[in-house]
Formats: sequence, structure tokens, C-alpha cells
Amino acid sequence: MGRLPKWADVALIPLINLALALIVSGLVVLYIGENPIEAVAIMVNGAIGSTYGWGYTLYYATNFIFTGLAVAVAFHARLFNIGGEGQAGLGGLGVALVCLFIPWPHWTLALPAAILAGALFGAALAAVPAWLQAKRGSHIVITTIMFNFIASALLVYLLVNVLKKPGQMSPETARFPEGARLPSAHDMASWVGLDFSKSAPLNITFFIAILACVAVWFLIWRTRLGYQIRAFGHSEPAAVYAGINPVKITMVTMLISGALAGLMGINSVMGEAERLVIDSVQGAGFVGIAVALMGRSHPAGVFLAALLFGMLYQGGGELEFEKPAVSREMILVIQGLVILFTGALDNMVRMPLEGLFLRLRGGAR
Amino acid sequence: MQAEQAEASGRPVPAIELRGISKAFGPVQANRDISLTVMPGTIHGIIGENGAGKSTLMSILYGFYRADAGEIFIRGRKTEIHSSLDAIRAGIGMVFQHFKLVPNFTVLENVILGAEDGPLLRPSLAKARGLLRQLAEEYELQVDPDALVEELSVGHQQRVEILKALYREADILILDEPTGVLTPAEADHLFRILKGLKEQGKTIILITHKLREIMAITDTVSVMRRGEMVATVQTAETTPEQLAELMVGRKVLLRVEKTPARPGEVVLEVENLRVTDEDGVERLKGITFELRAGEILGIAGVAGNGQSELLEVLGGITKGEGEVRLAGVPLALSGKGADGQSRRAFGIAHVPEDRQKLGLIMDFFAWENMIFGYHHDPAYQKNALMMDNTAIRRDAEEKMHRYDVRPPNAALQAKAFSGGNQQKIVLAREMSRKPALLLVGQPTRGVDIGAIEFIHQQIIALRDQGAAILLVSVELDEIMSLSDRIAVMFDGRIMGERLPGETDERELGLLMAGVAGEAA
Repeated sequence: MGRLPKWADVALIPLINLALALIVSGLVVLYIGENPIEAVAIMVNGAIGSTYGWGYTLYYATNFIFTGLAVAVAFHARLFNIGGEGQAGLGGLGVALVCLFIPWPHWTLALPAAILAGALFGAALAAVPAWLQAKRGSHIVITTIMFNFIASALLVYLLVNVLKKPGQMSPETARFPEGARLPSAHDMASWVGLDFSKSAPLNITFFIAILACVAVWFLIWRTRLGYQIRAFGHSEPAAVYAGINPVKITMVTMLISGALAGLMGINSVMGEAERLVIDSVQGAGFVGIAVALMGRSHPAGVFLAALLFGMLYQGGGELEFEKPAVSREMILVIQGLVILFTGALDNMVRMPLEGLFLRLRGGAR
Repeated sequence: MQAEQAEASGRPVPAIELRGISKAFGPVQANRDISLTVMPGTIHGIIGENGAGKSTLMSILYGFYRADAGEIFIRGRKTEIHSSLDAIRAGIGMVFQHFKLVPNFTVLENVILGAEDGPLLRPSLAKARGLLRQLAEEYELQVDPDALVEELSVGHQQRVEILKALYREADILILDEPTGVLTPAEADHLFRILKGLKEQGKTIILITHKLREIMAITDTVSVMRRGEMVATVQTAETTPEQLAELMVGRKVLLRVEKTPARPGEVVLEVENLRVTDEDGVERLKGITFELRAGEILGIAGVAGNGQSELLEVLGGITKGEGEVRLAGVPLALSGKGADGQSRRAFGIAHVPEDRQKLGLIMDFFAWENMIFGYHHDPAYQKNALMMDNTAIRRDAEEKMHRYDVRPPNAALQAKAFSGGNQQKIVLAREMSRKPALLLVGQPTRGVDIGAIEFIHQQIIALRDQGAAILLVSVELDEIMSLSDRIAVMFDGRIMGERLPGETDERELGLLMAGVAGEAA
């Protein structure tokens, strides 16, 4: 039996954390001479006040779902995968290669291939740190961080020297052919006769992200592999006693984790940019860590946390646009505060709350 | 005031008097209105099952916890104890079950640690050296003051703990389960030390769950049950049976009833088995024995002499060299096939020594734990992808009823069960499959007396169904009463084999200490 009721654990604590983060952010906004209430209104309106806002919010959320799930899956095996940034970047490369060099007749054929390629490339980058951890005991936090740099350098090299469209200055590939173009939210809305902003980058990948959430839930709580991953994560000696192979579980878990991060490429590279650009991930790999922490490594929690961070990203962008006094860095500070309060300072709220509930229960007795 | 009255009336003042102590941890009432009087110059035993509240009570006395209600009187004077510093100042010393020593400090450095006289160490060390010499002569507390603690035997480390308390001028000494890690000879020595301390007027509180120790050494004994003090009696006027009944609240069979074994075919053959640990230290130095169907081979020995490694290498957890055959078929000791899954496929079940670290996932539900290690069993799979959680739950609940796990609720996490019931979950999982060979380590460590009885009956029942059982335990009583044959391990070797009817604790104790008997 937990010391907190389940609803408090999954809903109340994150909400209190979020409120605290917003209060502190409000003080910061106040300090630079802006009205915090107005700022919040702009952010909320910018994030969910129009189909355009929703389109961006959900687009960002899609990215964060993939990277958040990647961290969450690894976390169940007590592996801290900090390499989502690099894995997502390489996944994007895989997606781009498939889209550029195969003349797809229709997106329904291109999408499965892109999923496969993105997953494969993401997993490939995760495989080396996983092997080093499993066989050599090299700490996976260190190796995955370092592999982010390797991935980034590799992408720069390829974009500048190999994949760049001839006759153009910027290091990016040519635009993908029409057959590899995913339906945008605007397209999908028009199928059912609805109107959705044409310029928002939200696309069909959002539904793949939801499917990924369901699949991860199924994997972790309904399959034997998930059972073994969780057992290994809770206690490695016990897992060895039960005959669970630590090398195998470490490898398989990290491959799944890397594959999930790699899938982000479908959204950002195939769905939005329709070409591979330098830094297509834009920090989503790191946001995924915060998303997984806040979502308590549960797919439903990851989904909600990703949505929140999507709103912060989009709303923050709007705020920066509307209020020149609020700089880009200030938005980062606000996002950082949310990460700090929801991820790192969890116990600060949890412990007094547990005491409170204990007293309430004692009183009811 | 009170002290004066007592002295005037000619009665000695109690060394410790607790009045109405209560302590709750959340909804759990660990101590309920406890009153206890310990007379000076006596050895006072406190017994009770695990979770009866003994340790909580002593932690309150030593300042680790604060009581919700109640008063503490030390030598007749009401005393507030907020920290262990207060306790030390009041003349109370505590020897913990798990020693609190700095391994790479010398004995002398450990003794003065935290009790230095000034910023310079040398005067304190010189003073301590003199005092240690004196104490060694007085109480048989000989320890080399310049030896590193990590190089001392467990018995000697315990002496350092006692010396630490005496150096701080404690005249009330609390010992928490002090004999758990000692050989019988070391335990005897400890008892002589305690008696010597008593004769010098020191007061000793001995917390234990071993009735034999209570009977052997205490003057007075208090029994705790479920957070309450149920009785305090003069040791001379009671019997082990009466104490056991007080502890459990009902009559308990202290002796295990079993029929003679009828050994069948040889199930397990072990030949020249060697295990080297990660640091390159040889833990098993060539073990050879045989085990037949329908018999229990008990491995006695002081903890840390290779028994754990023996269980682990047979259970497929660690690698080894040598030859092990199960019903004539060789088992892989390294590489492919040397893992827990392959061992289970051979019909080897393993109840590990440390159930919380190895045997269970404490955060998993009971039903998840009930398939741990057997999660590949086709009966638990719904289809190629999914596990059949409904079937697993049903199976777990049935086993929990059969093995008397309380509460029989498979939806609770393992950590919500008491030690004894956690052990019953492991036993249910490992024994219900009718294994050909059962490896069982410390089956009743940290288990209540009531559950011990049940667990022993189950092990014997499995033997009578024809399983071969390898029992490792540091409890000599348990080895003596359950085993059909006893092998004693010391320093990675088997020192000798005895039949339980033809040996006694003295002889086994000598073997456990590494003194070889006649060739076995």
C-alpha cells in the first residue's frame, strides 16, 4: 500500500509542482516589469486559443511523447538514457534517407518504411552504449551523453559533405518528393469536413505517437519481456537469481528506447520540415527526460507531460513574440523552472503531503 | 526525591524504568503503553517475535526515536533522551546487530572516535590504550589495540563495540541480537564477558529471539508481543516452552517432529567444486558431497565460510569449476546453461538466503512474485505476446492459501508482508512445483516462531515426497533438528560430516571454528 492515495500521486503532486513553477515564473516575469497574469493569458491563448496554436502545441507534444517514452522505457530497467537527442537525430537521418532515395508512390507506403528506418537508426545509436554498459560496465549516462555529440557531428558531416542539395548554401537536403509527404492536420481535418490551420506543422505522426504510448504500456505491463525489464530494473541480483540475463535485458531495453527516440524523426523531418536540416531535434531529446520524470515513466503520464511541455513551447514562443521584454532566454528559464519543480524537486512536495495524508487518515480513524 | 525515598526504604533504585511508553509509526502501533523495570547489576533479557517492538523500544531508550507518550527514568531520575548523545551522557551504551565501526581504522582509533578529549589525537590514544589494557584484564575483552578492524574476526569486532561503550563510561549496556554472527565458542566467550560485567555492577539488556540464550544467561526476562509487554518473569522460574507460548500467544512445538529419512537414489553429486569471487579470492576450495532423494543435508557453519557461494553456484547465480551432476546429468557451471532458468529446467528450486535481495522483487505484487523465475512457464502465457495475468493471479492466490500466507491477498506488494509471510511466498513458489532438488538458505531467518514451525513442517513434507534438500543455516538448532546428515563448512571447505544423533553442539562448534575432528 502506498503512503499516498493513487490520485494524489498521479495528479495532485504534479499539479502542485506545476503551480509552484508557475508562481516562481510569475515572480520572474514581475521582476522584469511585465504583468504575469497577462503573460499567462498570452501563453495559454497562444498554445490552445486557435487551431494554429493547437497545431503547434500538439506537434511539439508529438516530439516529446517519442523522446519521453524512450526515457521511460529505459527507466523501467533502471537505465538512464540521456541519448535521446542523438538517437532522435539519427532517426531523422534514417527517415530522410528512406524518403530521399526511394521514389514512393504514396505516403501510406512511405510511412511504414520511414517508421522502420527511424527506429532502426535510433536503435543503432543506442546499441553501442547499451553494449558497453552490459558487457563492460561503462556508465550508460556518460556514454549516451557522449554519443549525442557523435551523432551531432556525424549529421553535420553528412549534411555538409554528402547530402546537401547541390548548388545551395544551407546544409540541408533537398525537399522530399511528393510521394513521401505525410498528411497534415489541415489535410486530415478536410477529410472529415473540418477546418484546421494550414500553416501548423501537426501531422499524422501524432496518432503514431498515441499508438506508441499504448504499445509501451502493453509492453511494460502485459508482456513477459516487460515483466523481465521491470524485474531487472527493481533488482539486478534478483533478476539474476530468476535466470534473467542482464546483458540481454540491457541490450533489448536500450534498443527499444533508442528506436522510440528515433521515431521522432517521422514527425520533425518527414512531417514538418520535409527535408533533413541541421539540428532537427532542437532539444526535444532532453525535454524527453523531464517528460518521463514528470510522467512517472507511465505512458499516460508521458502523454500528459508531453502535452504540457508542448503548450509551454508554443505558448512561450507566442509570449516572446508579443512581449519583446520577455526574451528567448526568459522562456527557457520558465521551462527550466517547470522541469526543476516537476522533475527534480518532487520530494519537496511529496514528503509534507505524505505527512498530511497520514495525519488526515489518523484523524479519520 | 524518588531516589531518596527508594534508598530510604532499602530497595535498590532501578537502573532503568520505563513508564507508559507508546510509539506509533503512522497507523502501526509499534509500542503500546510499555512499562519496564530493569534492576542494576542484572542481565535483563527482552524477547519477542520480529516486529514485536523490541528494537523500537531500545531505539527510544537510545534516542533514535522519540516516544509519543511515556517517561524514562535512569537511576531513579527522570531523563529526556533526544539523541544518542543524551543516552551516552546518561551512561547507556548500545551494541548494534550490525556493527558501526570504521573498517580501515585501528581498534584504538575506533574506540576514541567521537569521544576524543581534544583536538590532538595522541593524548586520547594514550589514555584509551591504558584503559583498554585494564578492561582486557578485567573482562576477558582482549583485542589488539593496533589491529585494523577489518582484519578482526566478527567476535573480536563485537568486543570493540563493547569496549567503545565502556570507554564512554556506560554502565547500562544494550546488546541487540549479539550472537547472530558468532560461533558457539564465540558466543560462550561473549556470555563470560557479560557475566564479568554484571559482577562489576553493570546492567545489561539483551535483546534476542533465542530462548536458549535467555535461559542460559539472563536473570530476568521480559516478553513482548505485538508492541505490548506481556510478561516479566524471573528466568529461574520459567521454562522455554512457557516463554515461547508468551511470545506467540499460543502453544508452540519447539521440537520438529519427523520420521527417519528413507534415502533413495543419489540426486546430486558434487565433486571438487570451486568458486572464485570477483576479487580473485577462492570462496569454495574443492567441495565434494552426495545428496540422495528423500533426505535433508544440513550445511552448518558461521556465516561467510562459503555456504552462500555453494547455494549460488548450484542455483546458477555464480560461476564455478568442478563437477556437479543432477541424477547423473552434468550441470554447466559456467558459460551457456549456467543460469537460473537452466537450473529450474532441471527441477532445481532455490529458496535464497536473502529473500529481500534475491528471492523477491519488493515492489512487485505478490502475484507477480509468485511466478518470478518461472515466468516462462507456458501456463502463464495467454498467447505469443501476452502473459495471462488472470491465470497468474488465480494460481498465486491458490498457492498463498495452501502455504498459509497472511493476508492471502495477491494484490499486495511483497514489501507489505511481514518477513515470515514473505518467506512463505518464496517457499510456495519454489516448493509447490515438486522440485527434484531444493536448495534452501536460512529458511527461518527473521521469521516468527509461529511461521518457523510451519516452514519446518513444509520442508520435511517435501523430503517425505522424495525431494533431495540441501539446507544451509547459521542456526545450529535448525540444522540439528531438520537435517538427516550434517556437513560443517569452514573457510570454503567441508570440515566433516556427522549424523545429528551422534554429535552435539560442542563438536559441531569446533568444526565450525576450523578445528578438524577425526577424518570424516
